[in-house]
Amino acid sequence: MLSYALRRLAATIPVMGVVALFVFSLLYLAPGDPAAVIAGDIATEEDIARIRARLGLDEPYLVRFGTWLWALLHGDLGTSIFTGLPVTTLIGQRVEPTLALTLCTLVVAVALAVPLGVIAAARAGSFLDRVVMAVSVLGFSVPVFVLAYGLVLLFAVELEWLPVQGYSSITKGLGPFVQHMILPSVALGITYMALIARITRASMLDVLAQDYVRTAHAKGLAPSAVLIQHALKNAAVPIVTIIGIGVALLIGGVVVTETVFAIPGIGRLTVDAILRRDYPIIQGVTLLFSAVYVLVNLLVDLSYPLFDPRIRY
Amino acid sequence: MTTVAIVPPAADLSAAPTMWGWVGGTLRRHPTAIAGGIVLLLMVAVAVLAPWLGTGDPLAVIPTRRLKPPSAQFWFGTDMLGRDVYSRVIYGSRVSLTVGLSVAVIATTIGLAIGLVTGFLRRVDAIVMRVMDGLMSIPPVLLAIALIALTKASLGNVVFAIAVSEVPRVVRLVRSLVLTLREQPYVEAAIASGTRLPLILIRHILPNTTAPLLVQATYICASAMITEAILSFIGAGTPPDIPSWGNIMAESRSLIQIAGTLLLFPGIFLSLTVLSVNLLGDGMRDALDPRLARRM
Repeated sequence: MLSYALRRLAATIPVMGVVALFVFSLLYLAPGDPAAVIAGDIATEEDIARIRARLGLDEPYLVRFGTWLWALLHGDLGTSIFTGLPVTTLIGQRVEPTLALTLCTLVVAVALAVPLGVIAAARAGSFLDRVVMAVSVLGFSVPVFVLAYGLVLLFAVELEWLPVQGYSSITKGLGPFVQHMILPSVALGITYMALIARITRASMLDVLAQDYVRTAHAKGLAPSAVLIQHALKNAAVPIVTIIGIGVALLIGGVVVTETVFAIPGIGRLTVDAILRRDYPIIQGVTLLFSAVYVLVNLLVDLSYPLFDPRIRY
Repeated sequence: MTTVAIVPPAADLSAAPTMWGWVGGTLRRHPTAIAGGIVLLLMVAVAVLAPWLGTGDPLAVIPTRRLKPPSAQFWFGTDMLGRDVYSRVIYGSRVSLTVGLSVAVIATTIGLAIGLVTGFLRRVDAIVMRVMDGLMSIPPVLLAIALIALTKASLGNVVFAIAVSEVPRVVRLVRSLVLTLREQPYVEAAIASGTRLPLILIRHILPNTTAPLLVQATYICASAMITEAILSFIGAGTPPDIPSWGNIMAESRSLIQIAGTLLLFPGIFLSLTVLSVNLLGDGMRDALDPRLARRM
């Protein structure tokens, strides 16, 4: 198991290498000369040339990539063009709201979608099944920010039950934190939920048609025990896989959700960076999110034996 | 599951159903797909006929009529610059549909080309698939954002950025199809009889990929329309002088508490269009893969 985990971890290195190369090329190709920006308005051509040489900007592509990668491996993501602060510092300041939002969404979405998918499969063709399927098609079609504004208009502007926007750290009390999290989490989570519910239903339908499920029913097990202990456990692998793959939806959505709800997280940082063309930040965020995505899916892979003992590493 | 193989009744060969006839028949059995198709056709009609649908100049800034609520004159009200939101939303359909369709066509074509070649050439395969794995591990919206940040905002660049972020998934699909197809006896026979690779690809492999690709292209179209709206919404997409649904919503963002309808109308149009494309895609998938239809 450990050796398998290490091998899988090693297999992510070429993947992350491609991501790093892509992200580096992004900065390499980016318009504008960082040396000219640093030198300021009154700098002469020689000043700029000196700064270029000092920063290594006149080196060839591969040499610069090597230098950049070496710095990256030492935890240096470069310096923001606009603020002059290290990118790692800027991201570090913004991690908490983003982490809180995605984790809340993840937990709530999985906790709701899996039971819904199971019930829909158990009662396939029923009214409830149709409702779950219809909502899941809708969930794929309504963009995050459209749903977000719909929710804000209804629950914050009309009914005034919840705040329109903003973020309250969990350290300042659970009440305000939850209040500020409800609308963003629902908006962000709906597509993710639709995806998980759909796959859960499909996977359960496959398993429920197996002989051993009929046997379990025949020997008089309670329907709920058959559903959960026999069927859900066997249907778990595709469900867990889609939970991992769907994290890409959450990451893309978080950029938008934080903009709608004015949450000071990494997504908001990204949007500000795009508007100011602050490439090192865009670079850092892309790397970070991709690494998280790759790691999540690695963990998902490694979790398979928990659900299916036949899978052994 | 117990499946009993039933020998199909001897069919009259002259009336053998074509793939398309079969698709048509199955579509008829899926009323939601029909509904999706009708709504989509309506949207296309709206986009084409935009100037004749009672719209005015979507860019005309008239400060004296700022932030009017919906009325008989301004069906969807006016925005903070006094522009007619109805006209803007109607013209916005052009952007969404153009982006959706172009991205679907471009991404499937490029993905198909790469997938066909990599599926057959082992040496190319190893390298290309590592690159695709890398690109796929960047969440698509983020990849599009990163690409668009490099260039000036224009409709062409938006299409390019979204298409690139969709290509790896098409390559994956085509490659997996090719890997299965090339083990088929008729392909082996073609190889054995000395048929050249390009001919094998075009004559034997390509026709078998069209059906799944068509379904995939439909989903790409839907997802591209969402991504375009997201990019425009965060200010990294369609330039502000072209009214797109994402732009209209972005401009009215700060007005959510006073003029929420400004955000509502473009949002409804966008969701409805994406929904219709998705329904059409689901219908086609069910028609082309009955095994999947039972489950999804």
